[in-house]
Amino acid sequence: MIRINCPYCGERDHSEFSYGGDATINYPSLDASEKEWTEAIFFRKNIKGFQFETWHHSNGCRMWLVVERSTVTHEIKSVKPSHPDLQKIVENNK
Amino acid sequence: MKTRRIDNYGKINRDKILSFRWDKKNYKGFEGDTLASALLANNIGIVGRSFKYHRPRGIFSSGVEESGALVTIGSKDRRDPNVRATTQELYNGLEASGQNAFPNVNFDLAGINNYLGRFFAAGFYYKTFMGIPPLEWGKGTAIWMFFEKFIRKAAGMGSASGLPDPDTYEHAHDFCDLIVVGSGPAGVAAAIEAAEKKLDVILVEQDSLIGGNQLAENDFDNSQIKNQLENLGIKIMTRTTAFGLYDNCVVGLLERVTDHISASNVNIPRQRFWTIRAKHIIVGAGAIERHIAFNNNDIPGVMTVNASKHYLNRYGVLTGKRIVIATNNDSVYETAHQLSEAGANVTVLDSRTNFEIETNKSFEIRKGYVPYNINGSKKINSLDISKSVTINKSETINCDQVLLSGGWSPAVHLLSHRGVKPKWDYNNACFLPSDTKENITMVGSSRGLWNKNDCIASGIAGTTDALNRLGISKTNYFFPKPGGWKNPIQPLYEVKYKKSRSKSFVDYQHDVTTDDVRLAHREGFISVEHLKRYTTLGMANDQGKMGNIIGLSLMAELLNKEISEVGTTVFRPPYTPVSIGALSGRNVGKHFRPLRVTPMHQWNIDHGAKMIEVGLYQRPWYYPKENETLSDSYIREASTVRKTVGICDVTSLGKIAIQGPDSTEFLNRIYSNGFSKLQVGKARYGIMLRDDGIVMDDGTSWRLAENEYFMTTSTGEAAKVMSWLEELLQTRWTDLNVNVTSVSEQWAGVSIAGPKSREVLNNCVDDSLVITNNNLPFMGVTSTFLKGNIPCRIARISFSGELAFEVYVKSDFANTMMDLLWENAKKYDGCLYGLEALGALRVEKGHVTAAELDGRVTIDDAGLSKMASTKKSYIGSAMRKRGVLKNNDREILVGFFPTNLKETFNAGTIVCEKNNIKGQGIGRITSVTYSPELGHWIGIGFVKGGLDKWKDTTLVGADPVRNKQMNLKVVSPHMIDPKGERMYA
Repeated sequence: MIRINCPYCGERDHSEFSYGGDATINYPSLDASEKEWTEAIFFRKNIKGFQFETWHHSNGCRMWLVVERSTVTHEIKSVKPSHPDLQKIVENNK
Repeated sequence: MKTRRIDNYGKINRDKILSFRWDKKNYKGFEGDTLASALLANNIGIVGRSFKYHRPRGIFSSGVEESGALVTIGSKDRRDPNVRATTQELYNGLEASGQNAFPNVNFDLAGINNYLGRFFAAGFYYKTFMGIPPLEWGKGTAIWMFFEKFIRKAAGMGSASGLPDPDTYEHAHDFCDLIVVGSGPAGVAAAIEAAEKKLDVILVEQDSLIGGNQLAENDFDNSQIKNQLENLGIKIMTRTTAFGLYDNCVVGLLERVTDHISASNVNIPRQRFWTIRAKHIIVGAGAIERHIAFNNNDIPGVMTVNASKHYLNRYGVLTGKRIVIATNNDSVYETAHQLSEAGANVTVLDSRTNFEIETNKSFEIRKGYVPYNINGSKKINSLDISKSVTINKSETINCDQVLLSGGWSPAVHLLSHRGVKPKWDYNNACFLPSDTKENITMVGSSRGLWNKNDCIASGIAGTTDALNRLGISKTNYFFPKPGGWKNPIQPLYEVKYKKSRSKSFVDYQHDVTTDDVRLAHREGFISVEHLKRYTTLGMANDQGKMGNIIGLSLMAELLNKEISEVGTTVFRPPYTPVSIGALSGRNVGKHFRPLRVTPMHQWNIDHGAKMIEVGLYQRPWYYPKENETLSDSYIREASTVRKTVGICDVTSLGKIAIQGPDSTEFLNRIYSNGFSKLQVGKARYGIMLRDDGIVMDDGTSWRLAENEYFMTTSTGEAAKVMSWLEELLQTRWTDLNVNVTSVSEQWAGVSIAGPKSREVLNNCVDDSLVITNNNLPFMGVTSTFLKGNIPCRIARISFSGELAFEVYVKSDFANTMMDLLWENAKKYDGCLYGLEALGALRVEKGHVTAAELDGRVTIDDAGLSKMASTKKSYIGSAMRKRGVLKNNDREILVGFFPTNLKETFNAGTIVCEKNNIKGQGIGRITSVTYSPELGHWIGIGFVKGGLDKWKDTTLVGADPVRNKQMNLKVVSPHMIDPKGERMYA
């Protein structure tokens, strides 16, 4: 079982969370072209090793988090709030 | 019958006699016995029949690796098949029976299979069910299907009761710094060292007693160890198996709470399924003694050497009188000495020629000898032995027992669960655990240490390793080197004996012989993973604990490779079987999944509702009067709504509060239709698309104030929409000042629909002026009060197509609201209506729900193109225009009538052209109902090209699953009041 250290709730089982997806995508603006959207939505890297991904603490504080996880070992290097302002607050409180 | 129990031996409690039944006869044993030791004491040699050949099988071991003594425990609904007699503790009244035999294990009619062995060789099933070569005659035919049933039955093991399980099971959770698996010398040393260093320790032992293999020693007493562990605050869990290791040091445990006692106490669970979250894991799971493959090595009376030591010193049972021990290593000599001291005549055959061992000469040692054939069928009469493995100079020894030790295999299973491959150690002829970066340390004989002092040293080193990895200490440590015998082991896996019908077993339970391994090799199944699946080697209950290495060595020999090059199969959880009951725990019956009810659930039931599950929700399905059927009831309810008024609980809809200065901008981005100009006091129907342009959900949003909205979603998508909105606000549009809150549980909702709905509501609100057509026009919203000063929100929204209102109150007021509305609706001959009538009303109007919006449908497919704004960009606006979603032959929403109006049809019917009824057709019917208004069956669904293309053509509805076919007419999905005059009334 993967254990995720939620910055708000502490270390919890992954069953409390829902997997989101690739956290590094910059979604294009709403009026961007079909081509830009196609690339953002459908093209994914298949990373072997550490990747940044979003997880939703859906059965907890309901915060969206960015988790740096190894796709090989499930080792987790870091967990941060997705929202940049909240990220700063968490950093400052450390 | 003579007993094999001897005085002055064993740790059983001879003052406490237990009666038990074996195959319908009564026997006696003692407290502290296992079923196996009690059977052996009672001189019962045959306890089962093998899987394919139905050969008599005895007790091979004294532990979890048992692959012969698999029995059925209990009766009726407590019948538990395939239990290892060697780990089943005896209790008073225990009922056990042999398996896989008719009429019984001593005389089994299917024993004939033994002589048909050539037909049941490896791959038997694969070959048989492929039909008869060369033309695969009969493949897939009824004849083979017919035979298959009997063949499968003949090869079963025990059978389940087929009745509901009367026992309860529990899930439990715990946390600790260190979990130690195994209470042998290494595990205990590790636990003590850790507890002294102030770690919070759990010690897990699968046996009922702590001590590990020391329990086989005649002078071992665990009471002092137990006291020491307890005084240090270590949590000791006996009768508990660590069946699997998982990510992040999570360990799965199965605790057998009542399997060792007779009385079933309803207040205690039978088993407990533990999830332990540790910071470090130490595995001291011991090692398992292997047998040796040679002809007839499965005759009852064959056992591992260590097992007979257990039976002698723990249970006071001398398992044989004239015992031959066959070995290739030093580990047997202490046992040989003790067996002869206990009165047995012992001969040791040691395959090695050149070695020194100290003994008191109480037994004979024959250096360089190996066993090659056992004579006997139901018991051992004699053993043929040979000097050297190429059989010559044979000799026969009379004996009643053959004990085997072909070396020891460290129990590396748990580490293997983590994907760590063991490495072959040539010197010790065994697989040793490899290192891992995870916080797992292997200690004791599970890292190949054969003597006690080394095991203890490794336990202390293991804890030091743990402390270092946890950052608590930085201490140097070293593990003793693997091994520890005075003389090296000589690899010995098989003694070949070429005689017709000779069977030399590798895997006892699945009847895998050395010939099967050779056959697999000849037929090309040379990878160990293929070998395993083709022969079923290692796939029995013991999962290859005893036989795997022998199989690997044979394959290595055939391939002319080293075992290290052949590799090993991966062990997967569970280490020993885990019952389905323990996995499900309390999540059975009505607790299988969470139950959601609306606050007026009981009110609905009290007023005659029959309920239906919608997702997790219980919703009113229909409200039958007297003898009404479902069909009678929903037709009456739907007609009443069209004629007068009906009331329907709609609380299960998702409800989300959207607040903040950017709320309007937010809604304008997520809905396909415009929201920027929605006025305060108005609601709007909206459709949300996914990023890829497909419809996600539909619902309404009500503007309650400048910066406050109340959103409703469909019942099924409520959770998904909430997560989606949170995702957008937290990950994508982080500059928007909007807050979303789920208020689904906080509000109770009801729909009042029908021409008399306003009159009913007039009598229920404090101030009837607020709901006049002027003050509350279609899609108007107001916050007001129901009589009794109950604050409420009312919106004029219609799903049924009639004049209708949705009224929401705080959940606490749900029953009061229902009483008030129902009392007044009755005055107008109104009704309560359920989901079935709601469905009928919406199908008549062509309104889509989850049946239509199935994740493949675009806004245009659903006929809602006018809901897609052209004046703004929104989620999915670019992608909904991509080529594949704009094809001319997309399936478009239409309505269907049966051409013959007396006919019916079902949802799921495939729509085809008349002369081309095949495959997926050109469309499908998604929802159907009887229309009370039209007086016949109607449906909505999708067809390629839509109404314009097919309105004058008769199509065919094919329903092959229900063996139905009917002609169809394609009509507009808006079958009633297409202009919507009624809802604007």
